[in-house]
Amino acid sequence: MVSTLDQIFVLLKHWLVGLLPSVLQPAAGVLLSVVAIVCVFPALFALTVLLERKGLGRMQNRLGPNRVGPFGILQPIADAIKSLTKEDIVPLRADALIHFLAPLVLVVAVFLEFAVVPMGRNMVLVDMDASLLFFFSIGASTELSVFMAGWSSRNKYSLMGAMRAVAQMISYEVPLLMSSVAVVMITGSLSLVKIVEAQNQYTYGLPHWNIFTPWGCAGFVMFAIAATAETNRSPFDLPEGESELVAGYFTEYSGFKFALFFLGEYLGMFSISGLGTALFLGGWSAPFSFLWWVPSWIWFFGKVMLSICVLIWVRGTLPRLRQDQLMNFAWKFVLPMTLLNLVDVALWRFLGEGWLRWVVCSAVMLVAYVAAALTGLRRDHIGPRSYRYAE
Amino acid sequence: MNLVFYVLAGLTVLGGLAAVLLKNTVHCALALTVAFAGLALLFLELDAQFAGFAQILVYIGAVAILVVFAILLTRGSETPEDGVFSHTWLAGLAVAAAVFAVLGWAVIQSAPALTHESAAPVVTVNQIGNALLGRYVLPLEIVALLLTAALVGAVIVAMHEKEETK
Amino acid sequence: MLGEGILKGLAETARNAVGSFVSKDRLTTVEYPEERLPLPEASRNFPFLVYDGTDWEKGLRCVACQICEKECPPKCIYIDKSKDKKPDAFGRPQIYPAKFDIDISVCMSCQICVEVCPFEAIKMDTQYELSTDDRFGGLLLDRKELAKSNEYYHQIHPTEASEVDAKLAAEKVKADAKAKAAAGAAAAKAAAAAAAPKPAEAAAKPVVLADAPAAKPQGEGD
Ligand code: SF4
Ligand code: SF4
Repeated sequence: MVSTLDQIFVLLKHWLVGLLPSVLQPAAGVLLSVVAIVCVFPALFALTVLLERKGLGRMQNRLGPNRVGPFGILQPIADAIKSLTKEDIVPLRADALIHFLAPLVLVVAVFLEFAVVPMGRNMVLVDMDASLLFFFSIGASTELSVFMAGWSSRNKYSLMGAMRAVAQMISYEVPLLMSSVAVVMITGSLSLVKIVEAQNQYTYGLPHWNIFTPWGCAGFVMFAIAATAETNRSPFDLPEGESELVAGYFTEYSGFKFALFFLGEYLGMFSISGLGTALFLGGWSAPFSFLWWVPSWIWFFGKVMLSICVLIWVRGTLPRLRQDQLMNFAWKFVLPMTLLNLVDVALWRFLGEGWLRWVVCSAVMLVAYVAAALTGLRRDHIGPRSYRYAE
Repeated sequence: MNLVFYVLAGLTVLGGLAAVLLKNTVHCALALTVAFAGLALLFLELDAQFAGFAQILVYIGAVAILVVFAILLTRGSETPEDGVFSHTWLAGLAVAAAVFAVLGWAVIQSAPALTHESAAPVVTVNQIGNALLGRYVLPLEIVALLLTAALVGAVIVAMHEKEETK
Repeated sequence: MLGEGILKGLAETARNAVGSFVSKDRLTTVEYPEERLPLPEASRNFPFLVYDGTDWEKGLRCVACQICEKECPPKCIYIDKSKDKKPDAFGRPQIYPAKFDIDISVCMSCQICVEVCPFEAIKMDTQYELSTDDRFGGLLLDRKELAKSNEYYHQIHPTEASEVDAKLAAEKVKADAKAKAAAGAAAAKAAAAAAAPKPAEAAAKPVVLADAPAAKPQGEGD
């Protein structure tokens, strides 16, 4: 019973595919999974937008949307109808083809990312050897779509937003990769399925999640920072800072294309939360061994939604960074820390089992943290910005 | 040699041609990206996952973006008035032909050596990693050194400018 | 410690999020159509025409002098003078606006029309729920839609309206006194002229005299 519930989607798929003639079965299986992903995540997107609007409202002592349907739960449907029926405007001087392609490239790329994220026991679309690499390589191509959108609009706000976005994504991709490499070094595999399985072990009922190790904890913090920046979320939302750039690279988009960008952004959040969950939070494994009977996909989606909630919480709290602060933070703090974390992981690996590695690795990261607090990030060190051209 | 190969090869060649022939520099850069993507897909079609994804990550994620940045920062996105061909196109053609000749020669020379193997071996990422850090560690380190030197150089250039303007 | 400020901020927003469910006082907004915040007395948006008495058409204070039409910066007032005259609130025959339209989609709520009106005839309204589904005519208000009673004026701007009323009353007293004096003088003159050889001319004169001072003090009033 328990295992049936755990595998219910897999069994459902097998049953549905089994109804077809055997020639079609492989293709149908893949198609079915794709359809599931393409349905589930946009639905989750609709839910998250509502959650975000209500959550942000509450954090600012407001009520948030509560008019459409009971407690406003039909708001996403109203939003969808609105964005679908709006006029699609392409600026006169825009590069029409690229302007059209940009949102498509973004959404397709982001959907592809879900292909390798394990969403439950045996629930992954493609279990390939290099799935982590796949994820990052697809993630890298979203930058291009952002650039395409910004450049083809022929609008200075769009272009400026695109330049900011690309610069930011490149800068934070390095720490993102580096903090993930730490996990790869321990697991010895680029396959997300293997990485999750390696974390699905328990000692005294507690899981072997990577976040519960000194290097994993530090790595997770770095990963979370970099992931927030990668998805252009506040406090790293300079590319679409409303108060400065209207809407950044998608200023000139309206109607359905705008909705696609919006969707792409939230799907990016989901996929990167899924990745973080798989790398550090044990993917679909239960947080305590006695909770083994809860279906694995519930854990996965629960953890993803929890990460999303934290992202919303952070958005409701932190003000936007300035461009130079953003770059300084990436290159002078996050990147060195992730490099150090790699050394820490190597130590962890070669010190072998036992308490020694816990002490040494924790000490290394703590010392680095204190040192960073005392020197690198002191206020006077960064200092007020001198405006070279403005005066 | 199946349909997929021909489609991908066509895509790659078309992308490459467009990158050379299009008028707008940004369009050229995007066409170049298409060529990169086609090449990556060709690698994937040959079951070389690591090479394919690395191609996407490095070439689309970094090189294409770098090219685009360079174009925008040098105000090159406007179409030049005097056509897309520079004055030295003959020399460029000669260099391109020479590179093509060398590559073609290398491919033709190595082709007989490959046909002896019955099937392509399955290479996992693990094996690539081991090879890189085992047998080929010296080239890897040399490349790493080169890149670090380039990085330091870039930083020095950037810092120099800042001091001047102060 | 590094990151301490971030944690403090997170705690603050978490307090807000939970607190807004617990105590209603925390909520900074009201649920608008059901609940409204009271408007401050000085609030204003678009002009309206004041009338005295009960019949809006008879009681309009506006005499179609067209000063406001000329002064309105975006030129959104359109006035047609009447051909005939009819008695105003004081019972004196006056020109009245046959057409008085304000296009509130153009009006910028500057209140200049109110400042320049010598007859206290146009005032600022506080009504803000003016949305309409008619894109062209819906926001072009004619004199019937613009006419609001003096009592309404008292409701929305009590202090200002009382001041205006006091001023108008004072003017009326003054005007009446002057009219009476003029009438007395005219009567005396008429009595003196009765002996004169041209009775027809003298009989016509008091009417003119009685008419002229009635309009004059109001003009001086501003
Ligand atoms: S408030 Fe200003 S803009 Fe509006 S009608 Fe009066 S003078 Fe014109
Ligand atoms: S200034 Fe006053 S009296 Fe003259 S037309 Fe305007 S509202 Fe009427």
